[in-house]
Amino acid sequence: MSREVISLDSITFHYPGSEQQVLKNVSFSVREGEWVAIVGHNGSGKSTLAKLMNGLYFPKAGSIHIAGKKLEKDTVWETRKHIGMVFQNPDNQFVGTTVQDDVAFGLENHGVPHEDMVRRVHSALRQVKMDDFLNQEPHHLSGGQKQRVAMASVLALQPDIIILDEATSMLDPTGRQEVISLVRALKQEQEMTVLSITHDLEEAAKADRLIVMNQGEVYRTGTPEEIFELGDELVSLGLDLPFPIKMGNALKAQGVPVQGQHLTEEELVNELWTSHFKK
Amino acid sequence: MDISLQEVEYRYAAGSPFEKKAVENVSFTVSSGECVAVIGHTGSGKSTILLHLNALLKPTSGSVVIGDRTVKAGRKEKDLKPIRQKVGIVFQFPEQQLFEETVLKDICYGPMNFGVSEEEAKCRAVYWIKQVGLSEEILQESPFDLSGGQMRRVAIAGVLAMEPEVLVLDEPTAGLDPRGRKEMMNMFFRLHKERKMTMILVTHSMEDAADYADKVVVLHKGKKVHEGTPRELFSDAERLSEWGLGVPEVVRFQRMLEAKAGRKLPGICLSIEELAASFSELSGGKAT
Amino acid sequence: MMEKMIFGRYIPADSIVHRMDPRAKLIFVFAFIAIIFLADNAWAYGIAAIYTLASIWMSGITVRFLISGLKPVMILIAFTFILQIFFAREGRVVLDLGFLTIYEEGIRQAFMISTRFLLLVFMTSLLTLTTTPISITDGLESLLNPLKKIKFPAHELALMMSIALRFIPTLMDETDKIMKAQMARGSDMSSGPLKDRIKAVVPLMIPLFVNAFKRAEDLATAMEVRGYRGGEGRTKYRLLNWHIRDTMALFTLIILAGILSWMRFWL
Repeated sequence: MSREVISLDSITFHYPGSEQQVLKNVSFSVREGEWVAIVGHNGSGKSTLAKLMNGLYFPKAGSIHIAGKKLEKDTVWETRKHIGMVFQNPDNQFVGTTVQDDVAFGLENHGVPHEDMVRRVHSALRQVKMDDFLNQEPHHLSGGQKQRVAMASVLALQPDIIILDEATSMLDPTGRQEVISLVRALKQEQEMTVLSITHDLEEAAKADRLIVMNQGEVYRTGTPEEIFELGDELVSLGLDLPFPIKMGNALKAQGVPVQGQHLTEEELVNELWTSHFKK
Repeated sequence: MDISLQEVEYRYAAGSPFEKKAVENVSFTVSSGECVAVIGHTGSGKSTILLHLNALLKPTSGSVVIGDRTVKAGRKEKDLKPIRQKVGIVFQFPEQQLFEETVLKDICYGPMNFGVSEEEAKCRAVYWIKQVGLSEEILQESPFDLSGGQMRRVAIAGVLAMEPEVLVLDEPTAGLDPRGRKEMMNMFFRLHKERKMTMILVTHSMEDAADYADKVVVLHKGKKVHEGTPRELFSDAERLSEWGLGVPEVVRFQRMLEAKAGRKLPGICLSIEELAASFSELSGGKAT
Repeated sequence: MMEKMIFGRYIPADSIVHRMDPRAKLIFVFAFIAIIFLADNAWAYGIAAIYTLASIWMSGITVRFLISGLKPVMILIAFTFILQIFFAREGRVVLDLGFLTIYEEGIRQAFMISTRFLLLVFMTSLLTLTTTPISITDGLESLLNPLKKIKFPAHELALMMSIALRFIPTLMDETDKIMKAQMARGSDMSSGPLKDRIKAVVPLMIPLFVNAFKRAEDLATAMEVRGYRGGEGRTKYRLLNWHIRDTMALFTLIILAGILSWMRFWL
């Protein structure tokens, strides 16, 4: 069995100066090579999880282990090396004045020698297909391109896991698609471990495993198929169902027999074709 | 109130070496009570057109007729306030425009700029805060203590309290979660239906265009390339992809199904329910 | 008007001046500022002017371009020229119109001061026109590095400058956006009495500051998770390379200084 890259054990948290429990007894883990999506409506506590995992805040109770090491005030810089994060706002994480400076920023911080740095900047930008934009300034890039550069900045640091904290929520459909397909490719080609925090069900449907958050608690964990079985229960949690499932449900409501759940449009089309048109 | 764009052209930094043409020869009319979606890829000129709708930008050529006023290129316009009062714009991420100490004061800012008395403005604030789905108590709070979703609603209430005749929405649901998105769009649609409020929706969501618009205007590289009903527009997926746009999921699914089955449904379906009904009708005879 | 200004702008090109080490260019400009004060007569200014023109010529930028791009500065220079003429009250009277008198010394002073000013503006513009802001920052950091010994925050200063440079366009866009949003809510920043106009700025400034703080917070987090812990132990992606041409450029400046000192002290 592959090792656990991140594990959270009964985490409880409230922000300083506030009584409200943002997280209650949250436990889960992410294994090497997995793509896990944490879904939940805005305010479900999912973004707080990201702040705890990068040591911006520390849990009031429970423990977090990153790559086998307990995350504490003394180990925070060590554990951060294992995690790469892409945040929501494409503009507010672009540190460098140009694309290549931005990717280099993290490497400079880690004292990577110059030759090595140049090589890693170029190869990271190639992986996200932004190597034609080396000297471009951020305000000439689209949101999707900026997020790809943010991904490159993370990749250049060669972390054990990438955390996407609502990385697609401010993008237009094209930008969102760019980022999702990039994550997919990285996952397939390099067996990257990915934890994405999102309310985009299309993004979540592509993950290996989903964790549904509600009111600061883990509501349910399972494969996308298992989670989407919940149907209207998810809708009442402020989430949505992926299109093929909604379509399937609507067909059933019209009396068209549809077997089970389909996560992709292709599967549903195939079933409808087999049961209705195939002679 | 009608808004009509006539051969609108706009160049940024006109007359300097950095001049850039943003839109060219764009004409269309939004009639009173209609809901029109303006769609286009990022950089298609949507945002520039948006700014012409209440004279925040003046065309460098052509003219914009807003109710009984005409904003014409090359002519100096005086007193644009009446136009701005009649055409309210909810910009993308409108929560970024909040500035007052309390929600109440912020909502009153717009109306009072247009000469509404303080008392009347407060009445409006009380009314509109409920219309956007928040409670009256929130009026005394600082807008900066609210959640992102609440801030967005407050900002929208601030525009609605101006009681414009035309409401322009620029990606009003960007960044919201699915429930927030649905509630927000339903609220706008209700205003449109119940109050016959003219609505202009600037968006890249094909789903929203299909669900809410009577008419869709497509912009591509600064030019208008199509104008028609959503049904017309989405029947031609190929042309849409030429403009860097997709079709709503439901249309894409219908096309996939038709391709696989080798036969067509009688017409294009714009909602899941419509498609389900149409499919069941078609297969009904066969399956039983 | 700002769109036509070249003050502080970088014009990409490939000339010997563009290729110079930013450190050399910075030393060059600061040294030039000091040296120009050695000039105290028309001949000396003439030589300094020739030297400046030669530098501009080597950068491939035309004097005409400089003058047209620096129009507002030119007006300022013309203004100081006129002021100088009227203020100096020494030497022979050149013109007496009764209500004002122009002295020979006034004209001399006016010429010298405005020439000095003009040459300084040309040289500093030459620096910014041929060097990207980020190179200037790098050069400055490197030059200030020795001062770290006396706890001078050279790295922090350079980082602040580069972040400021990176966010200027973003904040400009944001200002424009918020201004439009408030105008759509009936705010009027361009007409009415001054008091009202100042009041109209509040709805612009508050959101701008609130957003800027939000950005700063996000940026700090993003920097921290990418391992930023201050200047200690950092390596540099951009390397500065000192070439023979940089030494040569500074050498010509020494010659100029020599000539001007000679003219001032011995001639």
